[in-house]
Amino acid sequence: MEKFVSHTGTAVPLRRSNVDTDQIIPAVYLKRVTKSGFEDGLFAAWRNDPEFVLNQPQYKAGTILVAGVDFGTGSSREHAVWALQNYGFKAVISSRFADIFRGNSQKGGLLTVVLPQDQVEKIWNVIEADPTTEVTVDLAAKNVRVGSAIYPFEIDDYTRWRLMEGLDDIGLTLKNIDSVAAFEVTHPAYKPKTLPIRS
Amino acid sequence: MGKTLAEKIWADHIVRSAEGEPDLIYIDLQLIHEVTSAQAFDGLRLASRQVRRPDLTIATEDHNTPTLNIDRPIADPVSKLQVDTLRNNCAEFGVRLHSLGDAEQGIVHVVGPQLGLSQPGMTIVCGDSHTSTHGAFGALAFGIGTSEVEHVLATQTLPLTRPKMMAINVDGVLPDGVTAKDVILAIIAKIGTGGGQGYVIEYRGSVIRALSMEGRMTICNMSIEAGARAGVIAPDETTFEYVKNKPHAPVGADWDAAIEYWKTLNSDVDAKFDVEIFLKAEELAPFVTWGTNPGQGLPLNASVPNPADIADLEERDAAERALTYMGLVAGAPLKSIKVDTIFLGSCTNGRIEDLRAAANILKGKKKADSVRMLVVPGSARVRLQAEQEGLDKVFLDFGAEWRNAGCSMCLGMNPDQLAVGERSASTSNRNFEGRQGKGGRTHLVSPLVAAATAIRGTLSSPADL
Repeated sequence: MEKFVSHTGTAVPLRRSNVDTDQIIPAVYLKRVTKSGFEDGLFAAWRNDPEFVLNQPQYKAGTILVAGVDFGTGSSREHAVWALQNYGFKAVISSRFADIFRGNSQKGGLLTVVLPQDQVEKIWNVIEADPTTEVTVDLAAKNVRVGSAIYPFEIDDYTRWRLMEGLDDIGLTLKNIDSVAAFEVTHPAYKPKTLPIRS
Repeated sequence: MGKTLAEKIWADHIVRSAEGEPDLIYIDLQLIHEVTSAQAFDGLRLASRQVRRPDLTIATEDHNTPTLNIDRPIADPVSKLQVDTLRNNCAEFGVRLHSLGDAEQGIVHVVGPQLGLSQPGMTIVCGDSHTSTHGAFGALAFGIGTSEVEHVLATQTLPLTRPKMMAINVDGVLPDGVTAKDVILAIIAKIGTGGGQGYVIEYRGSVIRALSMEGRMTICNMSIEAGARAGVIAPDETTFEYVKNKPHAPVGADWDAAIEYWKTLNSDVDAKFDVEIFLKAEELAPFVTWGTNPGQGLPLNASVPNPADIADLEERDAAERALTYMGLVAGAPLKSIKVDTIFLGSCTNGRIEDLRAAANILKGKKKADSVRMLVVPGSARVRLQAEQEGLDKVFLDFGAEWRNAGCSMCLGMNPDQLAVGERSASTSNRNFEGRQGKGGRTHLVSPLVAAATAIRGTLSSPADL
């Protein structure tokens, strides 16, 4: 996973709440067996609408998505994270994310930043007034900077460390694999096994 | 201080706990399907890793599979590649797979319980958000992303932060025609699609206790639609009776040991919930969604809401957008809404009791000319059982299509989709824009409402017949 320390770019206002992962990428686009190429399915249903924010030339180069409350609800598809990343997004800001989406984003190095809704509104107003406004999402400093405004955000230290170091979770767990083996010894005999097959 | 059911299961699965780190939680069972696993197996291959516990892993094909002509190769080459990839991965890594055509194939959340692999006190994961279904057994079960699928394949564990605890109490006796589906739709309408965010919801109260396992699965299944990490219901005699004699249920001394443990799996009287919510059964009614998220629901007797009456600006905006998408007019009675398609199936309502309940309403009747009805059993086993009971005949005589098992029109990943502007009454779990096909409009309902609607052609409950 790529390290995430700080990112500066322009931002895209997505003034919608409850953007579920079916909107981020519809099921018909989930058939690939790779982690790349999902950008064509990103917000597919809305991309036909010339008014949709990603179709507006001033937001084409945006790398930070600023979305309404409850972003990423619904299906657990990690393809939603891949689609956002494949398209070029490095971070998403919202006042609330669905749990699974947030977990997925943190595995793949897409930074999800939670800010209060009134601050999201302020950022929307600024980037709508001037789409070229530089926005910095700084994980090291734990803040978002928009022009002269600074919005601090919370993130747990462990996740922050993993993202800043670009660490692979599986590698970290494998360092403790002896404790997994020790736990397995205590696994009760009545717990089911899928093999051998019983019928 | 006492512990909640979910906290007990959590505590029993901690492999490693360290200050400032997530707990490392052991996973008792991972369910696999074709859509969210390919990249995970690929990751293992790239790192030269093995599946640590193939004997705690099981795969089936459900999301992409056709429900017609299943004896022929899958027509869509991209779907076929994904299913073939699963088959190759399972063969390479030694994972048990139930393929299309196998008697145990079906929706992963129907297959686990019917094989007796879903049991109380377990931790169960799957790369599918409706894994919450298995919480009905008193298991901690939740959906995960593909990176986590790979993590579990490699280590049989997951690093997880402790969830908060919510109790939802439903007491009283459900009025006639009100089902588990109506209860959960009413709960989601009450707490919202983000209301459960960060929580495990424990469903309690006399209504929950009186539900069958299948009804409990319907409730827990849709926990994710309220944003919850998982839903749980304490196991009881109903649970034990359901698990007993299933293929992978414990036997002999193991059964006795299991029961002894399972009986400890309930929340202590002094357990502390972060939030507690109460619903009265008598106030519940057959429910239907009118909008484009599962929280936008109302009793069937109500009318399409007027966004102008909604105080919260975000919600008002969402309601306006939803009505435009759904092609509905504020103030119109919900029962006046005409539908084109009835979908009976999915991991929410595709089990044998759901089919029986619908067939009971449809028996001897004919569908409205204006509708088509798809009946898609949750698994090949459910289909066989239904055929033994003659339910297939009831559906066919009624004018419905009797299909093979799979996720089908719940998410429209296979050819079973709504066309642009088509409207469904669907027993599935999501009414998102385009969920059942681009431009399709979905009303979530119970199997009883689906059946009554198929007869009348407009959203209806059995009481309207």
